[in-house]
Amino acid sequence: MIQQLVMYEEELQQINRICEVLHRDSNARAVLVIDKNGQAIASAGDVQELDVTSLSSLTAGNVAATGGIASLLAEKEFAGQFHEGEKTNVHISIIGARVILVVLFDERSSLGLVRLRVRKASVELVVVLDVLVKKSQSGSQPSVFSEITDDDIDNLFND
Amino acid sequence: MSFINYSSREINCKIVYYGPGLCGKTTNLQYIYNKTNPEAKGKMISLATETERTLFFDFLPLSLGEIRGFKTRFHLYTVPGQVFYDASRKLILKGADGVIFVADSQDTRREANIESVENLVHNLAAHGVGLDKLPYVIQYNKRDLPEIASVEDLRAELNTLGVPDYEASAKMGKGVFETLKGLSKLVLTKLAREG
Repeated sequence: MIQQLVMYEEELQQINRICEVLHRDSNARAVLVIDKNGQAIASAGDVQELDVTSLSSLTAGNVAATGGIASLLAEKEFAGQFHEGEKTNVHISIIGARVILVVLFDERSSLGLVRLRVRKASVELVVVLDVLVKKSQSGSQPSVFSEITDDDIDNLFND
Repeated sequence: MSFINYSSREINCKIVYYGPGLCGKTTNLQYIYNKTNPEAKGKMISLATETERTLFFDFLPLSLGEIRGFKTRFHLYTVPGQVFYDASRKLILKGADGVIFVADSQDTRREANIESVENLVHNLAAHGVGLDKLPYVIQYNKRDLPEIASVEDLRAELNTLGVPDYEASAKMGKGVFETLKGLSKLVLTKLAREG
C-alpha cells in the first residue's frame, strides 16, 4: 500500500501562515516545512535565492540518517538538530513524526529565540497535520486519480 | 510515498534506483540530467566519496508534464551500491513509490546482482513492503561490454516476478529513458487505480 501525503488549499494556507508568523517572530532568514521524504511543502521569508528542492531533499536525508543513528543507540528519535555556520545557522525539528520544520537564521536572531518560537509553531502545526491526516483518510475529498485514465498516462509519455 | 498537493496542483513521486556497486545507477541519473531540458529538471546532487563512489545518495528532481492539470514531478534517488552501506540503502528506500533495479550484465557480477535483489527484498520488508506490491522494473545494464550474460540467463536469475525489463547501456544512454518511462507508467497507473 502506498501511503500518500495529501495537501489541500485550506490547510496549506494555515501552514503558510504559521511559517510567516514564525519567520517574523524569530527574526529568521527563512522557514521551510518539508515532508519527511524530502518534498517541500511550504516556506516563508527569503527563499528566492535558495534551492528549496535540493535543500528539502538533503534535509530529509540528514534527518533520516540521524534517525538511523538514534535507532542504533536505542533512542526513539532525535527531535532536533542545530547546524552552526559562519553566517547562517540551521535549526531542524521533526513535527508530529511527519514533517520537518527548518529555520534558517543569522546574527539578527539567536538559537534561544528560534527554539522558543519553534516550540509554539510546532504545537500549531501538529493541529493542522492531524486535520490533514483525518481528511485524507476519510476519503471525503474527491481524488484527482479517480479521473485519470490509462490514456492520460500514455499521453504523458508520447513526446 | 507520493505527495499530492491540491493547492499547487502537483503530484510528487519518489523513484529509487537500486543495484550492486558500480552497476551504473549514478550513470543513469547523469544521462537523464544531461539529456533533459533545463526547465524540466532541478539540480542534481551527488553525495559521493572522493573517488566518486556514492556515499549516501544521488538526487535528481524531474518534471514529466501535466496530467489533468496536475504537474507530475518525480524525485529520482540512487542508493549506494557497496555492501557495507546497507543502513543508508534502507533509509533511502523508505517511502519509495517505485524501484528500478539496475543489474550489471557482466558475467563476473552475476552473484552481486542476485545478492542485491535479495538485499532489496529484505530492506523493503523492513518497511513492510513486498517487492511484488511495488511498481518495479529491471534494467540489464552494460549491454555494450564484452563477456556479458545473456538476457535470458539474467531474466531467469533476477526477474522471477516477471516484471517489465529493459536492456541498456547507461554510459551510451541506450535504454535509460525507456526504463524510467516504464517505471513511471507503473507508478502513475498504481496511483490511479488506488485513487
